[in-house]
Amino acid sequence: MTAIPAEPQIVDEPENPLVRAPLVEGGRSFADVTNLVAAPAEGTTPRGWYLMFGVAIALLANLGAMIGYLIFTGVGVWGNNVPVGWGWPIVNFVFWIGIGHAGTLISAVLFLFRQKWRTSINRASEAMTIFAVMAAGIFPAIHVGRIWVIYWVFPLPNQMAMWPNFKSPLLWDVFAVSTYFTISLLFWFVGLIPDLATFRDRAVKAGRTVAAKAYGIFSFGWHGSNRHWMHYEKAYLILAGLSTPLVFSVHSIVSFDFAVSLLPGWHTTIFPPYFVAGAIFSGFGMVLTLMIPARKWLGLHDLITLNHLDNIAKVLLLTGTMVGYAYAMEFFIAWYSGVQYEQFAFINRAFGPYAWAYWIMVSCNVISPQFFWFRQLRRNPTVLFVISIFVNIGMWFERFVITVTSLHRDFLPSSWAYFSPTLIDILTYAGSFGLFFTMFLLFARFLPIIAMSEVKGVMPEANPHHGHDHDEKH
Amino acid sequence: MTSNNKWGVVAEFDSAQSVYHAAEKLTAEGYTRTDAHTPFPVHGIDKMLNHRESPLGWLVVCGGATGIVVAQAMMYWMNAVDYPFWVSGKEPYAWPATIPITFELMVLLSGLTAVFGMFGLNKLPRLHHPIFKHSTLHRVTDDRFFLSVEATDPKFDSEKTLQFLQSIGGTNVEIIED
Repeated sequence: MTAIPAEPQIVDEPENPLVRAPLVEGGRSFADVTNLVAAPAEGTTPRGWYLMFGVAIALLANLGAMIGYLIFTGVGVWGNNVPVGWGWPIVNFVFWIGIGHAGTLISAVLFLFRQKWRTSINRASEAMTIFAVMAAGIFPAIHVGRIWVIYWVFPLPNQMAMWPNFKSPLLWDVFAVSTYFTISLLFWFVGLIPDLATFRDRAVKAGRTVAAKAYGIFSFGWHGSNRHWMHYEKAYLILAGLSTPLVFSVHSIVSFDFAVSLLPGWHTTIFPPYFVAGAIFSGFGMVLTLMIPARKWLGLHDLITLNHLDNIAKVLLLTGTMVGYAYAMEFFIAWYSGVQYEQFAFINRAFGPYAWAYWIMVSCNVISPQFFWFRQLRRNPTVLFVISIFVNIGMWFERFVITVTSLHRDFLPSSWAYFSPTLIDILTYAGSFGLFFTMFLLFARFLPIIAMSEVKGVMPEANPHHGHDHDEKH
Repeated sequence: MTSNNKWGVVAEFDSAQSVYHAAEKLTAEGYTRTDAHTPFPVHGIDKMLNHRESPLGWLVVCGGATGIVVAQAMMYWMNAVDYPFWVSGKEPYAWPATIPITFELMVLLSGLTAVFGMFGLNKLPRLHHPIFKHSTLHRVTDDRFFLSVEATDPKFDSEKTLQFLQSIGGTNVEIIED
């Protein structure tokens, strides 16, 4: 980490659309890729890392304190109350689980579509998925009130001789989120094995015995055997094939938590695709928020190129516009249904007491990605970073708007109320960022943040017919 | 078997192209217990070495089917037999409501089978392997490519195999003790 390469001079001319831009820039060799990716894990820890880690771990400690206070006192410490029984905890849950979805999309869906550019961002995005699902999982768990009987959500024999209600979407959620976490973790770990072996071999060579042992144990004795690669690639393909419907199912099931109820504003059939598009949108936003600084501070410009950022911006433009379409369609269906309660719910959403939240959501999610129609803006890391922050904010507000505006006007006007979060709500949410960033900083410091073996595999030199025949297909 | 205490012979190559063509020659010479060791999967080399396709997909199908059966049996027995109850206007066993969990358990068991099946077929974790004794094999996870011929190969003869691997472009050709 001592010598951070300067930002290279990039000739940013519109490329010939008939020739694919190289995925790795700067004329790098296989060994260069290894050296670039291994540098952050092998050098001395930079002071900036300690600074960020200090902030993150302080927020994490605050999360622990808030959860402790909640468990000892009760859910009354939050702003949740009749009629708004689902406040920030559920908003935060949906926010974090949505962020996770981009990681799976990049690692699985883009893999199935043979989008080779995914290789330089998939590792960090998968890590983001796992940490985001960890942050997400906390909220419904602590929201149950009596967390010491949380095992009632699992089909385990208990003292009441009762079983869970499998007809409830909340229980589907338990299965969806735990399956999602398990599969994401396995997918990530399988991908890490060859790269951990690289770190092992480098640590052995450099005489760093503790690191060599640690990386050695987790790389399982990998030695790149082709017989191993064949099973490995098959497993990877199968995991990608399983994760693709899984990622769509998870946010669909999260949306069922709302859509299967009978509440105006929630009870709509558009929710599953709308939630999935929003999840991908928010997740790609977080990918940019994480990767733009990482790329700069870790000197990875040649691996995470402007073309990668450009592609992510296009995904944001597409999914942001899909989300905008869903917002409009909700209004149309409310009008077209002729149901007075539906119509009130949506007019109240846009022009009622939470209009400020609604318009923050629309500005961040629908308007801000429209800047990505312009190529110059898609290839400007500063603009991308700023808009990615807007996307994160906007998607949190989307979940807030959906959850709170539908609840705060009950069927009985006598129970109408205005929801306000408490300080504990705010600190708990801030604490979840502490968990996420603590994990991500540890990952960036100790693990290969770019999938080296996959990046090498998409370089032109990796093709066994490279050099004596220019036909890509062999 | 012409050797005792020998695991095999390992040769180094400097590019994906050279290891690919050397693998082709190795198989043409009649060697069968061969393997390539590469930093990333070199596509097509399995055909050069006559490696069979992975049967992992069939294991995963079994895992997925188990997931479906387990999920359905669990939900039927728990909600309709052991403690039947009517809720949200649905019968004790209402099949549409069982689909999400059935799907999730199918994916979960398929995924676990894919990962642990892969480890099982690869006989991993195995932290010590004779091939690690090769002096430059640490570069297999960086930028070098290797071919190995195991001593169990009927055609194996440590000297002749070593010379053959050198003749097809291998460097640092070493006999590895078991």
